[in-house]
Amino acid sequence: MTRLFISRDSTALSLGAENVVKAIQQQISGKGQTVEIVRNGSRGLFWLEPLVEVETSQGRVAYGPVQVEDVASLLDAGLLEGKQHPLYLGNIEELPYFKNQNRLTFARVGLTDPVNLTDYLAHDGYRGLKNALALQPAEIVKHVTDSGLRGRGGAAFPTGIKWNTVLNAPSDQKYIVCNADEGDSGTFSDRMIMEGDPFVLIEGMTIAGLAVGATQGYIYLRVEYPHAKIALNQAIAAAYQNGYLGENIQNSGKTFHLEVRSGAGAYICGEETSLLESLEGKRGLVRFKPPLPAIVGLFGKPTIVNNVISLASIPVVLDKGGEYYKNYGMGRSRGTLPLQLAGNIKHAGLFEAAFGITLREILYDYGGGSASGRPIRAVQVGGPLGAYLHEGQFDTPLDYEAFAAISAVLGHGGIVVHDDTVNMADMARYAMEFCVEESCGKCTPCRIGSTRGVEVIDRIVDGVQKDKNTELLRDLCDTMTYGSLCAMGGMTPYPVLSSLNHFPEDFGLQAAKA
Amino acid sequence: MQDYQNQKSAVLEILDAHQTMPGNLLPILHGIQDTLGYIPPAAVEDIAKALYLSQAEVHGVISFYHYFRDTPPGKHTIHICRAESCQAMNGKALQEHAKQQLNIDFHETTADGLFSLEPVYCLGNCACSPAITIDNEVFGRVTPEKFDQLLATYKGAE
Repeated sequence: MTRLFISRDSTALSLGAENVVKAIQQQISGKGQTVEIVRNGSRGLFWLEPLVEVETSQGRVAYGPVQVEDVASLLDAGLLEGKQHPLYLGNIEELPYFKNQNRLTFARVGLTDPVNLTDYLAHDGYRGLKNALALQPAEIVKHVTDSGLRGRGGAAFPTGIKWNTVLNAPSDQKYIVCNADEGDSGTFSDRMIMEGDPFVLIEGMTIAGLAVGATQGYIYLRVEYPHAKIALNQAIAAAYQNGYLGENIQNSGKTFHLEVRSGAGAYICGEETSLLESLEGKRGLVRFKPPLPAIVGLFGKPTIVNNVISLASIPVVLDKGGEYYKNYGMGRSRGTLPLQLAGNIKHAGLFEAAFGITLREILYDYGGGSASGRPIRAVQVGGPLGAYLHEGQFDTPLDYEAFAAISAVLGHGGIVVHDDTVNMADMARYAMEFCVEESCGKCTPCRIGSTRGVEVIDRIVDGVQKDKNTELLRDLCDTMTYGSLCAMGGMTPYPVLSSLNHFPEDFGLQAAKA
Repeated sequence: MQDYQNQKSAVLEILDAHQTMPGNLLPILHGIQDTLGYIPPAAVEDIAKALYLSQAEVHGVISFYHYFRDTPPGKHTIHICRAESCQAMNGKALQEHAKQQLNIDFHETTADGLFSLEPVYCLGNCACSPAITIDNEVFGRVTPEKFDQLLATYKGAE
């Protein structure tokens, strides 16, 4: 039977993929034919969604973006045989946007049926786990250390070192916690993995469990991702049924249990200690560190807390070895980073690239410039706590250290583009306002400072004692940076100060820069 | 209080089902909100008693999280994203348009009880900003015109 692929990814659904599926089914059955429609993940080329792919003798042929009203003409033109049509794209993997990526973590996303275990196994799935089961825990950790993988949630802490700490912490119970509270605006890579290849996350967490001797894992998933929850739970059920989760995994005698827990709309719960508090059923108040969660984590036990992408990168590391992964990237940023192009950009989507590619290449060669056609003025990299960059900084290579050198962060790899209609004083004010909304309230500089920050920015913009208030804003940012326990208060100054420094004219101030 | 008597058995059932689960307070609160649409303030006493917590602790958790609500929602809940990516694509204008069309502010419900309006910080649909959800359905590239069409569709289904 002919197989069609139409995505179940949230973004594809948000553009009408479900209606396209229904229209195709209806019109095909009207012709007395039958097809199998596989609901895959998204290839991540979102300007082409809803994308319809058909399996032909010459490989997969894609059409997009397909709306309900295109279905009749597509079927008439010979969609099922991969024939020509104005929406014909050919093999999606040959488009430069796709072809020039390094898809290690996202290798299967868009290719396979996300919740079909047989499909996962047929596409190199669970090879990492198979290798891990033959290794001693310390050897597994060594592969991860050798890979150079650093935490993809944003903090970029070396994953191997974290794992080693948990491995060496003696305890009767340890936990693996996956931070799936992807709250940064402009990011959706975690969601795409969970909807498009949930088994790779499950496999990564299982390997983590074997590596440190943890028998229970939790995926702390933000409540805003209902489709990811469905896909994860379907995949987890299949893994249990087939001996990939539970007691005696693949007859190894090892145990690993896994459960999805829902967050409740608090951005701060993406901070690891706040997340642990929330998992324990409390308000998401940030904890003091030390002790590190690796020593005293969930329910007081040694715990690995890793981001979705970090954990989903583990299977390829264990499959092909730490060295293989390390060969991608530059400097101390090894491997690949799934970048997410969002906001005012023509070709928004997911682009997994080795570190070292420049922002300019991403924005113009692949992103195609702004969606509005106007000049790009400011780009925020790394979520709401990331700095705004201006045109003069677009040649910075994507590398943790290179970004740190220009007082910016890569964070979780989200890139939000603004055209020249943006008012950067508004964006700076919004950053403070966001901190007011989302601060957990533990540290005074974050809780109170953010409210004062909104007021001070308003005064500057209103022209009230500009110089004095600008100095006050800088002083306040300094207090927030050094007087907050976590990144919420500590990094809110990044978008504020970068706006102030690069775009002073929006605050009614004279440009100070040369 | 009268109303709560009708809801109490559902609450007790959810409490009972989660009795032995570690870190069970959030799953319990989700269970109650999924079933009743909100967490009735009168349920706090029962939750506190079942979990050996003070009522203040339970109330503290409910009020900490934006998602939990202690008033009944409208028939459909519309979440509009306020985050940066959506702002870059005229999200602010969409927020204003929605408030005007529904004639309510954020955290309010229309007089006919059909729609509640809530802000949200990112739906992960940033490649197709601005984004909204209506109940569990996500919509991307939502212009004011598209918003009106969606409203009409949901109203038409009544």
